[in-house]
Amino acid sequence: MTAASVFVDAVRFIPHHASLLLDKTGETAELSFAALGIAVVLALPLGLWLGHRGRGLLLALGVSSLGRALPSIALIALGIAILGIGFWNNTAALVVLGVPPLLTNAYFAVAGVDRHAVEAARGMGMSERQILARVELPLGLPLVLAGLRIAAVFVIATATIAGVAGGGGLGEIIANQASYGLAGVLAASFCVSALALLTAGALALAQRAARHRLAPST
Amino acid sequence: MSGKLLAAGGGKVIIPNFGHGTACLRRNGWFCLGWLRQHWGDTLQPALLQHVELTVIAVGLGFAIAFLLALVGFRFRPADGPLGALGDILYTIPSIAFFELLIPLTGLTLTTIEIPLVSYTLFVLYRNLVAGLRGVPAEALESARGMGMTRLQRFLRVELPLAAPAVLAGVRVATVSTVSIATVAAFLIREGLGAPIFDALQQPGIFRTELLAAGGLAILLALAADALLAGLQRALTPWSRRP
Repeated sequence: MTAASVFVDAVRFIPHHASLLLDKTGETAELSFAALGIAVVLALPLGLWLGHRGRGLLLALGVSSLGRALPSIALIALGIAILGIGFWNNTAALVVLGVPPLLTNAYFAVAGVDRHAVEAARGMGMSERQILARVELPLGLPLVLAGLRIAAVFVIATATIAGVAGGGGLGEIIANQASYGLAGVLAASFCVSALALLTAGALALAQRAARHRLAPST
Repeated sequence: MSGKLLAAGGGKVIIPNFGHGTACLRRNGWFCLGWLRQHWGDTLQPALLQHVELTVIAVGLGFAIAFLLALVGFRFRPADGPLGALGDILYTIPSIAFFELLIPLTGLTLTTIEIPLVSYTLFVLYRNLVAGLRGVPAEALESARGMGMTRLQRFLRVELPLAAPAVLAGVRVATVSTVSIATVAAFLIREGLGAPIFDALQQPGIFRTELLAAGGLAILLALAADALLAGLQRALTPWSRRP
């Protein structure tokens, strides 16, 4: 069997098992977006506040390199060893992986805002909260969204690995070549990639829109 | 039950032998030192060395490819956008799907592991190379031209050294991420520290000592590589050191 025919089989698998693939993609998306939402709620306010105060540089840097160093498969396995298999346990492991890029980018987005703009806002009598919400956040938004995009890609990739370890979703198909065949495994891989590319593409568009609002001329 | 065993053994009692587990192993402890000592040589050390090899090949090849692409993107500006976007798209393909998609093309080989790993490094290496080269101050290039340097001399002696901090920062990020992502490859091909991690995952109740040992080694390897490259960064760019 040539490589081309394997891919043709995989493409044929998609319409024949559309509802299965849709269900599993939905599961992976649900797991990913739940984890991403929690990570945003945890990391964004903390990163923005630390960046605003100019404190915790070492924390921001340390969290980002530790986050990159954590092997996702080991983290998923650790989650299962401690908590067992389940939606929320996998979510917890994914949140741990999603937090670092969000926190670091939020920190540098705000800390990198031109100090003159912040001083001018302070001179106009804005409160610290107003400065953060009306000056620093809009100016730093492209970088915050870049962090969200990296976190989203990371979380979707790892959600698939969680499925391989018994967590449902598309990873379940990828881990089970005996039942679904190579065509099914490849079709599921297409779906994972499409989910990641679509999510990243949407966030890249949002990032571009945010940047254009800041500098419409470019 | 014991009657059956007796009969099967032709009169001799056969007791299934699962090896001699220590008390720690029998209750699946988190850190059984005895197991670590016993299996460092036959499991953990070879996996660690394979992992180093996987990472060095991926970052080395990735750097060579990113360097060539960055030269194109730097000299020929219209190519910069599409090349950067290519790195973005490759980076977005989830690792396990990427490995699977290559199986029909390259089989269960080292190539199947390295293509995704190399692709993932391009994302950060390309961006940092171009940003580093673009960040070279125009005055520095002007004075180099005034000193009569040729185009090649300017590139090798002014632009590259001044871009080095940004480039090495990219190499650090790429190396740490590669160490981490390479563990996933063992799902398909038993190679590197991912192999003992997946082995541990397949044991009922998950073999905790092996999981922690292999996972911990992967983290330590990533942090050690990062520290080593940080030292290299300081040594190669003495002018960027703070007094």
